Formats: sequence, structure tokens, C-alpha cells
Amino acid sequence: MGRFLLRRLLISLPVLLGITVTMYIIVNLAPGDPVTALMNPEQMANMGPAWVEQQRESLGLNDPLPVRYLLWLRETVTGNLGFSSEDRLPVSEKIGERIGPTLRLMGVVITVSVLVGVPLGVLSALRQYSFVDYLLTLLGFLTVSIPSFFLALVLIYVFALKLDWLPATGMYTVGQARSFGDSLSHILLPATVLGLGQAAPIIRYTRASLLETIQQDYVVTARAKGLSEAWVVTRHALRNALIPIVTVIALNVPSLLGGTVIIEQVFAWPGMGSLAIGAVQARDYNLLMGINLIAATMILSSNLLADVVYAFVDPRIKYA
Amino acid sequence: MSAIDLTAAEGAIQRADSTRTAPRFWTRFRRHKLAVAGLSMLLLLSLASIAAPLLSSQQPNAVDLSAYRTAPSSDHWLGTDSAGRDVYSRILYAGRVSLSVGLVAVGIYVLIGTTLGGLAGYFGGWVDNVIMRLADMVLSFPAIIVIITIVSIVGPSIINVMVVIGLLGWPPIARLVRGEFLTLRERDFVVASVATGATSARIIFRHVFPNALTPVIVNATFGMASAILLEAGLSFLGLGVQPPTASWGNMLNGAQSITILEQMPWLWIPPGVMIVLAVLSINFVGDGLRDALDPRSRK
Repeated sequence: MGRFLLRRLLISLPVLLGITVTMYIIVNLAPGDPVTALMNPEQMANMGPAWVEQQRESLGLNDPLPVRYLLWLRETVTGNLGFSSEDRLPVSEKIGERIGPTLRLMGVVITVSVLVGVPLGVLSALRQYSFVDYLLTLLGFLTVSIPSFFLALVLIYVFALKLDWLPATGMYTVGQARSFGDSLSHILLPATVLGLGQAAPIIRYTRASLLETIQQDYVVTARAKGLSEAWVVTRHALRNALIPIVTVIALNVPSLLGGTVIIEQVFAWPGMGSLAIGAVQARDYNLLMGINLIAATMILSSNLLADVVYAFVDPRIKYA
Repeated sequence: MSAIDLTAAEGAIQRADSTRTAPRFWTRFRRHKLAVAGLSMLLLLSLASIAAPLLSSQQPNAVDLSAYRTAPSSDHWLGTDSAGRDVYSRILYAGRVSLSVGLVAVGIYVLIGTTLGGLAGYFGGWVDNVIMRLADMVLSFPAIIVIITIVSIVGPSIINVMVVIGLLGWPPIARLVRGEFLTLRERDFVVASVATGATSARIIFRHVFPNALTPVIVNATFGMASAILLEAGLSFLGLGVQPPTASWGNMLNGAQSITILEQMPWLWIPPGVMIVLAVLSINFVGDGLRDALDPRSRK
């Protein structure tokens, strides 16, 4: 198991490096000079061009691109992601504040979409070609075809503005003691929007996977032994059918992460997504570089985790 | 599988690039009612946006400050927006933008994906390795964050949105095409044409590409749906198509304000419904194509 993990890690590292090289090149195409962008124009005029040049030299900005990349990489490895050009706070600190809410949102979405998606997928498979099956397929098409932000606007319009049942934005009510009920009411709408998009593929794959396992010889054997249908489905078929679902969840992490960017913005959720939109608007490239790095790391770790879990739950997979 | 089965299967594959497939394809496609409905809706939407000048007497970008956010009336069927522009006419013209972004972006990545996948599958070895690791890398990009970073650098515009979506979308196509190359080059009919002295170009274009076409078409159709959704999202955030040019996504941009969201639903519900209709229709068509072109994947 240890060797398998190490090998998978070693495959992920060059991919992560490749992503950072690409992003570094892209970010360096940005117009403007990071030094002059940071300076007060008045101060710059007072100090003269020689001073600006000296600043640039001391920051290493006159080195060729590959050297600057290596400098960036060295700093990054030691945990220094640079400073935001907007408010001069360390990028790592800004991301650190925002990553919790994003992970909380993603965690709730994944949990709920599995808890809802798997039973519905099972229902769809057991009642193949029934009304429920068609209805779920149709709903699946609908949920992947509605732009998440439009669904979010509709839900805000109905549940926050017209019915006034739920808050439209934020993670807590400002100026009120934090309570579970308050957090729940705030996360309900954004989690529903993202969860509907995530549940659709889980329903589809659970259905397909269960339909396949239910034809296996060992399921026929279980039935022939006279076991009850419920026992056969839950104990013999479903347990094996769920193995590929692990991969489906992991493969959906990039799309979920992308979804949080827009949804956090709509619901003013204080996470990494709304931080990224703010960084784009402020042209804060250091911060964007940091967010890209963290997001890519999250995607690669979820792929890695899926491989490990897959190998763990399916004894047929050899670690070697 | 017996020898006779093999011959039959290969016969079927070789026929796949002949014209005889067409009537069978239509018979299968027509059986898929949702796909037929999707195709009809898609044609209707395309026609409406092409014929926009005939369907509306109003100019989509004509500013009329005296008609600030007016409710739907006989003059302005869907009311007017914050610059007094006619919403109905903007929706028709926006269809041109949103649908063509989907088409062009997918066109770009099908071209890149087919070329790279073909090269990887044909040459194998280190070429294959480099291209496939590149595909892994692009697939691990946090797509939306990368896209908004690039768009903020090169500036938001229709062309840039098409190109960026196109540049990031190719890996699935490349994998499909490469896979087809790897399977097909072992097949007897390809081996036979090599033996009869056919040139590489003839083998690639006559035998391999036509067979790889099926999964690519299906993938590209679903890809168009996602590209339209992506453009809508970017434009909604103000990072896509820029006003005064209307796209369905940027028409929803104003709904980030509570006033518009709560009191002027005619400004944001119609463009949202158009996106849903377009994307849903394309997804139905994609499902129909998958069933009709590839009977093996039947549910």
C-alpha cells in the first residue's frame, strides 16, 4: 500500500509542476509591471526611475523567466505564496481564511449528493423503465442543463425574496450569535444548487452500475440460495455496485470546484471562489496564482484519494 | 467470439463509413422522442436568432433612456433593460452570440483534440507519452479559475472566450481519438490495407478517422452544451461577452442586484429560460446521437 501511494504521488508531482509552469507563464503575460502596479504614482515620481529600477532588481524581476519561476517555486515550497497586490497581505493568509468555507460547502454538497443520489439510483435501477426511472432521467437532464447561477437566482427569488424563509447571502447572520440553525439556513440554498448538479451523475452511474452487478453470477447464486430480495440487493449487489461511484465522486471534484466559484459569488459565500472573482477584478495576479495552485492541488489530491480508496474497497485491485 | 462473428463485426465496421448507415441512423434517431424534440427546438432557436431582424422591429442595442426598465408592453414585449434597450430583441440577437460561442469553441477543441489524439495514436512511443501527459495536466487544471485568470489578462471578449474554452477542452477528444487508433490498428481490415500497400494517409483518412468520428460527434455535442453553459457563466460574472453586445449570460448580469432580481423578473427570467432550452435541447440531441450511432452503449 505504501509503495502504491508513493508511486501515485510521484506521478501527480510532475503534473502539478506542469500546471504551475503554465500558470506562471500565463500570469507573466499580464500587462503592467508588478513594481509600478504597487507604487503610489506620486512616490514614484519623487524617487525617480533609478529607484524603481533598483526595486525591480532587488525583487528579481529583471531575471529571465525560468529563473523567476525557480525563485517563485523555492518560495512556494517554503510556504510563501507572495503578497496580494491589492492590500499587501500574504496570499497564504488570504487563502487560509477562505478555504474553510469552500471546503465546508463542498463537503456538505458531496455528502448530501451521495445520500440522495445513491438511493435514487438504486430505485431507478430496481424499477428500470418505470415512470420513476424516466422521471429521474429527465430530471437528471434538466439539472445538468440549468446554469447554476440561474437556478441560484430563481431559488433566491422564491425562498429569500418572495417567501422570506431563508437568507439570500452570507454564511452567518451578521451581529448574531453563531448557531447551528443559522449556519444551516445559510448553507441550504447554495448547497442545493450545487448538490442538484452533483447528484445527477451519481444517480446515473449508480443505476448503470447496479444494473450490471445484478446480472452477475454471484447475485444469481444468492437468489438461488433463497435469500430475501432486499438482502440480495443491499448485501450482494449494491456493495459491489458502489465501488465505481468512488471514482465518479472524485472525477466530479473539478466541476464542483468550478461551480463553487460562480455560486459563492452569487450567494456572497466567503470562500475561495468569491476570492478568485475579487482577485480577477482587482487584477491581483499573485493571489490568482496562489488560488490556482491550491485549486490544482485539491483536484490532484482528490484523484489520488479516489485511487487509494478504490484500491482499498476493491480487493481485486493489486497495489503493485 | 468465433471466426464468423469476427468477419460479420468487421463487415459492420467497414460499412460504418458507407452511405448505407444514414437511413439506419435516422430510423434509430427518430425513435428517441426527446432527441427529436431537442433537435426541433434547437432548429427553432437557431432560426429565430438568424431571422432576428425579421422577428423584431427593434434594434437590440438602441438605447432609449426614456424607457428605463419598463415592464412588458405591446411596444416592448419583454420590457426594456437599464439602458432602455428592448429585451425581446436582445434575446433574439443574443442567441446568435451564445450559440456560435458553443459551436466555435467546440470546433476549436475538436480540431486540436483530433490532431493531437491522432498523432499520439499513430506514432505511439514518446510522442504518445508527451501528448497524453499534457492531456492529464490540462484535465487537472481548475478550469473555471484558469479561464477567469486568462480572460482577466487577455481581456474579456467573444473571441477570447471561444479560444480559451477551446484550448482547455481538447483532452477528452484526444483520448477518444487515440483510443480508436490503438484499437483499429490491430483490426484485420487495417492490417489488410497495410498489407495491400495503402499509404498512411489513406489508412488514416479512409479507415481510422471515419470510425473514430462516432464517439467524437457525441462528445462534441455534449461539449457544445457545456461550452454554452460556461460562456453564460462567464458573461454573467462580467468576464465573458461584453455589453452592448448581448449574450444570454450577460443579460442576467444585472440580476446580481436585488432590485432587478425582485422587481424586474422580465429582465432575467427570459434569458435564463433560453439558456436552459438551448442546453437541454443539445443534451437531448447528444443522447439521441449516442443511442443512434453506437448501439453498443444502449441502456
